[in-house]
Amino acid sequence: MELGYLLRQTWFGAFLAAIFVYIFFAFFGGANGFTSIGGTAGWLNTAAELGIIAVPIGLLMIAGEFDLSTGSVVGAASIIVAMCTSFFGFPVIVGIFLALAMGVGVGLFNAALVHKTSVPSFIVTLATNFIVAGTALALSRVLSGSSTVSIPDAGWAEVVFATRWNQMYISIIWWIAATALATWVLKATPFGNWIFAIGGSNDSAQRAGVPIWRVKRLLYVWTGVSAALVGVMTAIQFNQGNAVAGQSYVFQTAIAAVIGGVLLTGGFGSVIGVVFGCIIYGTITIGLFYTGWPTDWSQAFIGSLLVVAVLANNAIRDFALKSKN
Amino acid sequence: MTTPLISLKNVTKSYSGMIALSGINIDTYPGEIHCLLGDNGAGKSTLIKIMSGVVQPTSGEVYWKDKSVHFKSPKEAQDLGIGTVHQDVGLIPMMSVARNFFLANEPTKGWGPFRRIDHSKAREISISRIKSMGVSREIAADQLVGTMSGGERQAIAISRAVYFGARFLILDEPTAALGVKESSVVIDLVKQTKSTGTGILLITHNATHALSVGDRFTVLTQGQVVDQFKRGERTREQLLDLMSGGVKVESVLNGR
Repeated sequence: MELGYLLRQTWFGAFLAAIFVYIFFAFFGGANGFTSIGGTAGWLNTAAELGIIAVPIGLLMIAGEFDLSTGSVVGAASIIVAMCTSFFGFPVIVGIFLALAMGVGVGLFNAALVHKTSVPSFIVTLATNFIVAGTALALSRVLSGSSTVSIPDAGWAEVVFATRWNQMYISIIWWIAATALATWVLKATPFGNWIFAIGGSNDSAQRAGVPIWRVKRLLYVWTGVSAALVGVMTAIQFNQGNAVAGQSYVFQTAIAAVIGGVLLTGGFGSVIGVVFGCIIYGTITIGLFYTGWPTDWSQAFIGSLLVVAVLANNAIRDFALKSKN
Repeated sequence: MTTPLISLKNVTKSYSGMIALSGINIDTYPGEIHCLLGDNGAGKSTLIKIMSGVVQPTSGEVYWKDKSVHFKSPKEAQDLGIGTVHQDVGLIPMMSVARNFFLANEPTKGWGPFRRIDHSKAREISISRIKSMGVSREIAADQLVGTMSGGERQAIAISRAVYFGARFLILDEPTAALGVKESSVVIDLVKQTKSTGTGILLITHNATHALSVGDRFTVLTQGQVVDQFKRGERTREQLLDLMSGGVKVESVLNGR
């Protein structure tokens, strides 16, 4: 592989940045244990739970749409599982099923709203985020008198969603599976071809015969279900549902996708890039703990990185469109 | 006499009372280039929309190979073999040639959940088809369309339409956004396509391009056919006068 080829790949910048960020924190935080198993588990767990949502968010953004409602879906899913098991006394499978169904419902709702209103999805899904978060909090308070409900024992679901090896959660496996599935869909299937086409030019894709709303609806359902899955996972890992949890995912997922090389305007990006974006995010947020510096800096750090990433992505796109093959 | 491909008989189209086209009669034939000329607002776009099934005529009949047809959607027109290449060619700049060529018609291999795009087949077919259009420069199937010239993009769009069964091609101002050299490339593409027996409706307001390739000509002014003739029956000056609605264009241009 020649250098020109690498420079045109959307993930290459994120790959270099991930290595740089890791070495940076290994240097300043290594003495406190950033490179130990515990430290590694820390950033991997963070990257994994972010990544399960950020990977489908990346696909959606390549198709030119946003979904900022995933944060509240995480919280709503976790409280649904908790209420069903401990408050209503249903078997855990019922709670998980209802939580995932809620994720599907929010996805369908987002797609319908974006389709019918023609309002930018950035705004529509942000509105959905508040609607879902508010509803989850209100219902939780009305029914149980609290926004957090504990889960005594989730049985088999503990194995599926909360198994740990040396502090590394099974979420990492789920993340790898989500990444493999999304990579397959984007690179190998006609559906993936349609995702790129819709983000590249909605009108041209439609005229070529791509069922653009079917594609977008499926992607919204995918992000919704993934967010619900993370909600279920965290609820069972912490033995607690929290209606207001997950709000940090609202922008983190989109940021991870952009840092991973997904073009804000759609049409360009890769799943593996988003994975590197999540690794960068996890490394920075966890790495700062190990440096002993005030962690208040982490947001400023990520904000700066976001600006650099957007500029780099635009440069990569221009470079790719100039080069001959 | 050959059977015409698309024919319009006494077609009229009005939009909420405003007449866009009235009493249009046109016959198009396989292996012929029919040039549709007219100034902006003459009704060219409406006529294309009727032929490609985007809108339905208010009155009059559309025939495909002598059979009356009523397109309810562009898809129905496409299924009969009517392809349209819009001025913007409808390609995605950030996608490769092969992915563009087969967009929404991807060749697949494998079964069930393992069904996947047959990339090598897509590469092979797209490149051989585009080369058969006489594109001289070496192009790669993995090249992004955004790196290609306007003429090459027209070649992709036209060869794609023909590959997917277009027997009649509507080319909407294919040279409008192009320079002199690229325009001549596209004109060669049009001739090449004609030689395969495809019927072509070439929309243009460039009289020189039209006269260099056209077999039949229809001139529209304010929604009406003002003249129809065959190759060699009009001079360039006569054609320019017709297109501008009877004003002596040459004298205006020459300042007399």
